Amino acid sequence: MAHIVRPYGDTLDDGKVQLSFTLPVPDGPKGRDAARLSVLGWGFRDCEVVHSAAISDDFSFYVAYASTDRGIDFDSAKADAASEAEAAMSMDEIDEYIRAVLGRKVVIVGACTGFDAHTVGIDAIMNMKGYNHHYGLERYKMIEAHNLGAQVPNERLIEYAEKVGADALLVSQVVTQKDVHIGNLTELIELLEAKGERGRFVCVAGGPRIGNKLAVELGFDAGFGRGSYANDVAAFVAKKIESKAKDR
Amino acid sequence: MRKKLGLSEEKIARGRELASAIVAPIMEFVRGYTTVTVERATLRIAGADGADADGVPVPNKIVDSLRSSDSGLGDGALLRYADAAERSALPPEALNARIAEGFDLASRPVADAAAARRKAEELVAAGLERISRNKRRREEKLREFAGRNNDPLLYLIVATGNIHEDVKQAQAAALKGADVVAVIRTTAQSLLDYVPYGATTEGFGGTYATQENFRIMRAALDEVAEREKRYIRLTNYASGLCMPEIAAMGALERLDMMLNDSMYGILFRDINMYRTFVDQRFSRMINAYAGITINTGEDNYLTTSDAFENADTVLASQFLNERFAYEAGLPARLMGLGHAYEMDPSIKDGFLFELAQAQMAREIFPEHPLKYMPPTKFMSGDVFQGLVMDSMFNFASKATGQGIHLLGMLTEAIHTPFMMDRFIGLESAKYVMNSMSSFAEEIEFREGGIVRSRAAEVLDQAVSFLEDIEKRGLLDSIAAGLFAEVKRAKDGGKGLDGLVKKGPAYWNPVEAELERALGIGG
Ligand code: B12
Repeated sequence: MAHIVRPYGDTLDDGKVQLSFTLPVPDGPKGRDAARLSVLGWGFRDCEVVHSAAISDDFSFYVAYASTDRGIDFDSAKADAASEAEAAMSMDEIDEYIRAVLGRKVVIVGACTGFDAHTVGIDAIMNMKGYNHHYGLERYKMIEAHNLGAQVPNERLIEYAEKVGADALLVSQVVTQKDVHIGNLTELIELLEAKGERGRFVCVAGGPRIGNKLAVELGFDAGFGRGSYANDVAAFVAKKIESKAKDR
Repeated sequence: MRKKLGLSEEKIARGRELASAIVAPIMEFVRGYTTVTVERATLRIAGADGADADGVPVPNKIVDSLRSSDSGLGDGALLRYADAAERSALPPEALNARIAEGFDLASRPVADAAAARRKAEELVAAGLERISRNKRRREEKLREFAGRNNDPLLYLIVATGNIHEDVKQAQAAALKGADVVAVIRTTAQSLLDYVPYGATTEGFGGTYATQENFRIMRAALDEVAEREKRYIRLTNYASGLCMPEIAAMGALERLDMMLNDSMYGILFRDINMYRTFVDQRFSRMINAYAGITINTGEDNYLTTSDAFENADTVLASQFLNERFAYEAGLPARLMGLGHAYEMDPSIKDGFLFELAQAQMAREIFPEHPLKYMPPTKFMSGDVFQGLVMDSMFNFASKATGQGIHLLGMLTEAIHTPFMMDRFIGLESAKYVMNSMSSFAEEIEFREGGIVRSRAAEVLDQAVSFLEDIEKRGLLDSIAAGLFAEVKRAKDGGKGLDGLVKKGPAYWNPVEAELERALGIGG
């Protein structure tokens, strides 16, 4: 039987949501009604505009509450995390796994690509000291990690990966305004495909606005978002290398 | 300002003394060099502007062609430009157009050096007079609207990528009470070795800094200022590979503040250190002459290293930035030394440590309009919690008398601010700061208490950190990764090829006049 869920305010299935938004119209009774009509227009009912304020002569800010009748089937929802399947292997377990199953070091090359200058995320995954009490890949005995830093052109990342015989490429993208990250990520996959090398590397994308679903759509093997750690990625990469070897 | 921390005056003096000793050898080096962008900034002040059909700016065309000619850049670029102006009898606009169309200055030697010099001095005088006029205009307006700004100044950022969209957002922010509007630059502009020309509508995470964009935003903010009877300061970034040029353009268009750090480009943009040290001096001289307040970038250290553990590196860098700024003729009242509220929110008594840091900066740099940055690193998708963190930051800022207060954005971890994010930031800061307006006068910090002890400890650490740097030398310290845990090789990084040794015939009347006016020896 379907497990239908709706938002919860203070009673099951009351469908209450809180919204805040700006309209490009002056504040005032007319603006407030425009806000109410907007919310109703989005399919909500019982809209109450509880606050409005002028942001400038031509823009106004609203806080509104409303209800929705619409529910979704909880069973149709999927967790968008590549890591979930790998369910929390620790660094030592991963080293052990690589030693036992692959019998050699795994070579991983990481970079924040394009013009993106944010290094903290890729460093959190790769640097020795890691992040939030999770050591980074450099500390893994069975991983040879190369962190190229930020603002690395895709071409250079590929060249470097070829040079060191990488098993996996880790790409960080933090700036997403105007979808720059989509362009950068797509370009990497296209370059690899053009060289006939896509199959050679496990490709993983990461960053606060990156999800597994998006990454897979763009041709990566997986994507890791906010709050992911080195052991999530390492476990994924190790298992992926193994399954690729089996496929062959 | 009443001192409350009982900090050791000897330690503070020692910090300054060490900073002077560290900076002195760098300045010695710097005076013997120019760079491509120092030359372009000089040309811009003399009137060189515009771009060719491919978008290559006229100052770049001049400098590039001189560099690749036999004469090189060792004598400076201005004399050649002035010589062409003199011989052609064209005003700068017409000469610029000819250069854009392909006329090559390097193609003929200077005809009459004395006449060219006279012409150069005349062109430079006109540029500097325009800058001085801007400075007087700012001072007049600040006098006329005295008492109308918030204290601290409330500083907001716009970053749509499109200057015309920025104007709407900036005007809205100013109308709602912002005192300072900064137009964030587009991703990676700092790595361009030229400044784009004209109004721009395409940028990622920010808008191109161009002289035309400066002019458009200046006019928009002046309009609000007249209406609100409150002067609105305009800010941009004299940083990256074109520090001096952006300073020059900002001075010509009456910007009021510039992000301008002596080491940021080296550490966070991987720009070569020699290049940066030469560029920062010239850019700061222009800022000083134009009355532009600089904002330094110590807050950035805390994005790559821990704010609790590395608090001393922030103070040490403030001492260094102060020294570099004095060397370029900036008075303390134009030094917006930076720091930030970036401690891990889970630390017990973290707020007290933040208070200690902010109060310490206030007492060590009493005349400086300290630039205080909000929490960013620990902001998350929980915008409600984020607003609470911003409120604590607002409280700390007002309680310690900061000068320039960058408003926190509740959506910091998500996107560049929406219009309503700014509005919420402004309204909540105004509420906090009004309701605790006299708090700073009311409180003392207990002797032997957490705040005093922490401040004393950070000062101690900063002084021993500076001692270490003095022993190693600044360049080697940077190479060893002592700042922000970032290592930079001396001959590495971008822009080193744009560094040029001044020849015996080097001549730059802009530099000479700035040094004279600012009372700093060449
Ligand atoms: C620190 C910071 C900076 C520092 C970066 C210093 C450095 N060396 O990295 C500085 C000051 C230089 C900076 C600059 C800019 N920034 Co910034 N910055 C931030 C800030 C405050 C924190 C980012 C951070 O370090 N987070 C901590 C790390 C650990 O988290 P993370 O990156 O999400 O990484 C984790 C996961 O995502 C994942 N992960 C990340 N990468 C990868 C890769 C792989 C392979 C895997 C598996 C996992 C993974 O694992 C990590 C650990 O869990 C954010 C705001 C915020 N609170 O998020 C803005 C932010 C990211 N910056 C932003 C912008 C716009 C910029 C600029 C473009 C501004 C400008 N116009 O100048 C410039 C960028 C210039 C450039 N060329 O890129 C925007 C991005 C908006 C957007 N969505 O597009 C943000 C969100 C701020 C904002 N609200 O405007 N920034």
